[in-house]
Amino acid sequence: MNSPRNIGYGVVLFIAVTGLWEVTVRGLGIPIYILPPPSQIATAMVRGTMSGVYAKHLLSTVGGTLLGFVLGCVLAFALGTGVALSRRFDYFLYPYIVMFQSMPKVALAPLIIVWFGLGVTSKVVSAALVAFFPLMVNTIVGLRSADEDRVNLMRSLAATESQIFWKLRLPSALPFIMAGLEVAMILALIGTIVAEFVGAEAGLGMLIQSMNFNMDVAGQFSVLIVLAVVGLLLNRIVTLVRRRVLFWDFSEKSTAGPALEKPVAGLVATKGEAA
Amino acid sequence: MGDARVAIEVGQLTKQYATSRGGVLALENIGFTVQEGEFVSIVGPSGCGKSTLLKILAGLLETTSGTATLRGTAIRGPRKDIGVVFQAPVLFPWRTVLDNVMLPVEVQGLPREAHLKSALALLELVGLKDFESRYPWERSGGMQQRVAIVRGLVHDPALLLMDEPFGALDAMTRENMNLELQRIWMERRKTVLFITHSIPEAVFLADCVYVMTPRPGRIQHSERVALPRPRPLDVMTTPAFGEHVHRIRACFNSKGEVDA
Repeated sequence: MNSPRNIGYGVVLFIAVTGLWEVTVRGLGIPIYILPPPSQIATAMVRGTMSGVYAKHLLSTVGGTLLGFVLGCVLAFALGTGVALSRRFDYFLYPYIVMFQSMPKVALAPLIIVWFGLGVTSKVVSAALVAFFPLMVNTIVGLRSADEDRVNLMRSLAATESQIFWKLRLPSALPFIMAGLEVAMILALIGTIVAEFVGAEAGLGMLIQSMNFNMDVAGQFSVLIVLAVVGLLLNRIVTLVRRRVLFWDFSEKSTAGPALEKPVAGLVATKGEAA
Repeated sequence: MGDARVAIEVGQLTKQYATSRGGVLALENIGFTVQEGEFVSIVGPSGCGKSTLLKILAGLLETTSGTATLRGTAIRGPRKDIGVVFQAPVLFPWRTVLDNVMLPVEVQGLPREAHLKSALALLELVGLKDFESRYPWERSGGMQQRVAIVRGLVHDPALLLMDEPFGALDAMTRENMNLELQRIWMERRKTVLFITHSIPEAVFLADCVYVMTPRPGRIQHSERVALPRPRPLDVMTTPAFGEHVHRIRACFNSKGEVDA
């Protein structure tokens, strides 16, 4: 796919689209506060980058996202493991977890700001809350997906339950867990931006808000581009880790049954399929 | 075999499964013995309870009544002196061939160094020398099943249980694996209980074949096979071999069951 020829086509397409955009916006006299031309967006991007403003806010957003991701994932993994392994845990706790999930957690953002203030804590909490659920569901499904024959093999060797967990259930769950991490990373970014929209001292979300008040639409576009790149990079990192960890899963694709890909209660639970 | 020590003793073993419409009798009054170092096949059609029997011997299922003992102690759960080979290789794709083979050693906390040596020797015996650090999915189905056999033998168990281990392989590979298994067995002289639904395979490999018939699962007949070893594949075309097969097949025909 990545032949010089195709790269050439890609560049030509990009230039054609932005050129058309520029000409249309200028030709029709569309005001800059409705849809800025690409040249203005580029100018805003250069201004924001050179002045170091974007870097400062970017750091705040990425920091919140990563901390929230880690916090959410640790909780999700711990609770998911509990639900998967303990009937009692499952019975008493799972209904609440599902109830909590059905609520749009974005609606909690104002409360979170009241509780945790305008600093990084609110972002972390918001990101963790949003990122939590898909990984938890995938952990549960994954840990329960261990192949019956393999469990029997372990049992026939007189393995203890903890040996079965570490040597079989956890590795079997990894494809699901990694897929959950991929989704969680993107959701953590969304959670952070939402918290920043509601109130924050720094962050790209807060920057978009303030640009909006100043009718700086070109600036907003440039920040959106930064956000898209950040999201893409974060996703790439998880994908790379996943390929490393799951070297055996990609080779086993053909033999892993479709039953493994069954979603639970309509929630996210897919393994395989990289972005 | 000259050695008359008893390895397995199964007496009046009965297994009943509870279902919504009452109990289903899977095994009724099963009784047989296997001598140390003997190769015993159990042959029967699908659903005759032979896999249930194997699961009981592996300690994965409980009996309803009756006893099964190995070297004088009752089998009441999984135990460390039994190796099991299933129909599928049941390997762990995230482990290399050697790590798969060493799984029993790890799980049972056996000394690693000594068993590493025997693992490598066994891998060499089955023709997998130099592949120990590869991954199982890089190898063919027959190779994977060899890895599974080595894994079943690595902790030097008193008994090797094999549940239709070659059922999923194509006919040519299967014949090769039969030769291979005979070679391994002659080298190691393990007590083997081999379950299959192929009558020729059962006769080819065994010192003694027990014939199981279904509903409920019973041992209908036992057939001593005294053909000299090593048996070449050609032995299957000899009259003596044909007679064994014929007598076993007659058990199923008399019951209106034709299989294999």
